Amino acid sequence: MQLSERHQEYWRKNLRLTAVLLAIWFVVTFVMIYFAPQLNDIVIMGFPLAFYMAAQGSLIIYVLVIWFYAHRMNQLDLEFGVHEGDEE
Amino acid sequence: MSTQTQSQFFSQLKKYYTFYTGGFIAFVIVLAILERMGLSNQWIGYIFLAATISLYAGIGIMSKTADVSEYYVAGRRVPALFNGMATGADWMSAASFIGMAGTLYLTGFDGLAFILGWTGGYVLVALLLAPYLRKFGQFTIPDFLGSRYGGNLPRTIGVVAAIICSFVYVVAQIYGVGLITARLTGLEFQVGVFAGLAGILVCSFLGGMRAVTWTQVAQYIILILAYMIPVVWLSVNITGNPIPQIAYGQVLEQVTAKEKVFNDPTTTLGAAEASVRAIFKEKQLATEDKIKALEAAMAAGTADTMVGEARAKLDAELAELKAAPEPNAKKIEAKQKEISDLTGPDALLAKLKKAADSAKKSSGPVSQHATPFSGKGAVKKLLKDNPNATEAEIAKAKAEDQAETDKKRRNFIALVLCLMVGTASLPHILMRYYTTPSVRDARKSVFWSLFFIFLLYFTAPALAVLVKFDVYNHLVGSSFASLPAWVANWAAVDPTLMKIVDINKDGLVQLAEITIGGDLIVLATPEIAGLPYVISGMVAAGGLAAALSTADGLLLTIANALSHDVYYKMIDPKASTVRRLAISKGLLLVVALLAAYTASLKPGDILFLVGAAFSLAASAFFPALVLGVFWKRANYLGAVLGMLAGLIVCMYYMYITYEFFGGVAANEWFNIKPIAAGVFGMPAGFLGVIIGSLISRAPSIEIQQLVDHVRYPNLEGDIDTRAA
Repeated sequence: MQLSERHQEYWRKNLRLTAVLLAIWFVVTFVMIYFAPQLNDIVIMGFPLAFYMAAQGSLIIYVLVIWFYAHRMNQLDLEFGVHEGDEE
Repeated sequence: MSTQTQSQFFSQLKKYYTFYTGGFIAFVIVLAILERMGLSNQWIGYIFLAATISLYAGIGIMSKTADVSEYYVAGRRVPALFNGMATGADWMSAASFIGMAGTLYLTGFDGLAFILGWTGGYVLVALLLAPYLRKFGQFTIPDFLGSRYGGNLPRTIGVVAAIICSFVYVVAQIYGVGLITARLTGLEFQVGVFAGLAGILVCSFLGGMRAVTWTQVAQYIILILAYMIPVVWLSVNITGNPIPQIAYGQVLEQVTAKEKVFNDPTTTLGAAEASVRAIFKEKQLATEDKIKALEAAMAAGTADTMVGEARAKLDAELAELKAAPEPNAKKIEAKQKEISDLTGPDALLAKLKKAADSAKKSSGPVSQHATPFSGKGAVKKLLKDNPNATEAEIAKAKAEDQAETDKKRRNFIALVLCLMVGTASLPHILMRYYTTPSVRDARKSVFWSLFFIFLLYFTAPALAVLVKFDVYNHLVGSSFASLPAWVANWAAVDPTLMKIVDINKDGLVQLAEITIGGDLIVLATPEIAGLPYVISGMVAAGGLAAALSTADGLLLTIANALSHDVYYKMIDPKASTVRRLAISKGLLLVVALLAAYTASLKPGDILFLVGAAFSLAASAFFPALVLGVFWKRANYLGAVLGMLAGLIVCMYYMYITYEFFGGVAANEWFNIKPIAAGVFGMPAGFLGVIIGSLISRAPSIEIQQLVDHVRYPNLEGDIDTRAA
């Protein structure tokens, strides 16, 4: 079965979204860890910044990243007509 | 039930579980009232154990099924929210529930690698795997490898890798079940193992994935309540704020300030700490001299006299313990074990080395909780020993500190990466996303999974800091004559968790005189917060729920890999439904008994093995799974080479560097610890898939169509890969 131009565009958009979100994941995890000793000089509400990120901040960003991906992809499915039939 | 729509099913589930949560809270309140009226702690333990296990068994019996799709994937109609809770319970093991806060207490910032690794992995699950596996829609992870790459070999390697990872992991869970049952009821550890096993089996045996799913939701609710209630209470006690995750910033500041005082010998507290540390330093030096003497004696062949002396000393200590006015059975048992362990010069040498290490550790300054990758303290030591050190000497010490920091940072990054990728490769987690009704729900379900996991993981660092604050401010400086009740209790019950000795004989507690075992933190929190015993019982029940739910998921993964992938797909594809289920259940029983037997032997390095499972899964599965979706060109030869290369490199690295297998740390590459062996296995796996694919022909049209099929939630004129 041949994929249409629109199908390919859907996949390209998916790849772009995935890449952007993975970049965010990479920055709040590995870049953050690499600079942890420097980041810790910043203190917010008693939390040294790197400690806060590793114990809470990055985790919140992970949850948001996954929420956004699910939300955006479910939207894209409808937009490009590749959504599943209503089983409800 | 099949006529019911998905939304009716969802609202019905919500009603059931709301009712259930209320019931559980009422149950705890009734027990609290009974405790007031004089119910003994032991009976509270029994009631919790019996009530929760029969609850899980009840759900298991209600969900029993003879339908293949119900048995393997819960009928694929688990709503996203509930699949998220089930995944949370499946994921969080005894180690997360009981061990995590303790690890953070003991290691501070450097322990946060586990928090980051075990949550961030879900980003990879969500973005790279879950929706595609759901669309593929079969029963197991080797199923995907088998269909995507064709032939039996990729499937077989997948089965072997799935079994290796899951088996070490399930042994650790059953071990945890034994420990908690023993603690909750006072039964023997071995009896506890098999009692817990009954609880696991009655559930997964009758209803497979369907029963496991609904039990895991129930277990999640118990474990999260049991974790949160004591921490919230402790937070109110210490900070007046019921949201510990916000409040502990200020507490952390005070903890850090206190750590500076402990390390400053010009203050009263600091001077007392320094006097204890000096005693440990002497002990360390004396032990090191003994080690040298023993080594010389071993070379001369006269070591047996030294062993004899050591044994005579232990015998005298044992006699003293037995002659005490109130003999302590636990201490006598420990001493007897010490004597039986002393088999010869090698055992004595190992024991001395361990003693020297722990004395050395206690003689060092307090490490700063929030500081990442602290160096060796070489500069400080140099300036203390020699205030007039030359610039060259200072520069050299600085370089030493920097090298230590770099090494720790490298290991932290490597460990986080292995834990994350391992999370996205463990079959028992990925399998859960086969159970949602649609791709759309699979995506939402990963969100709910991480959300429910996040609730516990962002509380653990807060708990560690709150307990530290309590220890620094209420325990340190108090007099040995009037120790806080929880300290005295735990020191009497289990010296491996809480040991406190007046080393410098000043009658006051110094931080260096306290030895805390990691598991103590969660278990003792209710007592530190001044809550009644019923809450301690609830915490133990929560730990049990965490261990049981993970064990259930893992056992099912192993049994399914054997029955579905090996028996049905490779040996007898014509087997009837009844036969397939019978084989599956039989294997489940065999695997469970085998795992329980292994756990009852109390294998020592269980925690290392669990960590190793992540590295192994990451190396074996991740490259082949992800490239299988995102790179159409990946083919049979690539998958076989990639999975084998990943597994072999990872296992080889552990073999040469981990002492359990006879390796030595000197063999480490870039000073990376064996637990993070996956950082070498993963690249090897990716290279294997890429090279293997490029040197052989592109996969067939059918397989390329399969890739398109998994990439789009719905395609017109699409093939159908769903398993019946």
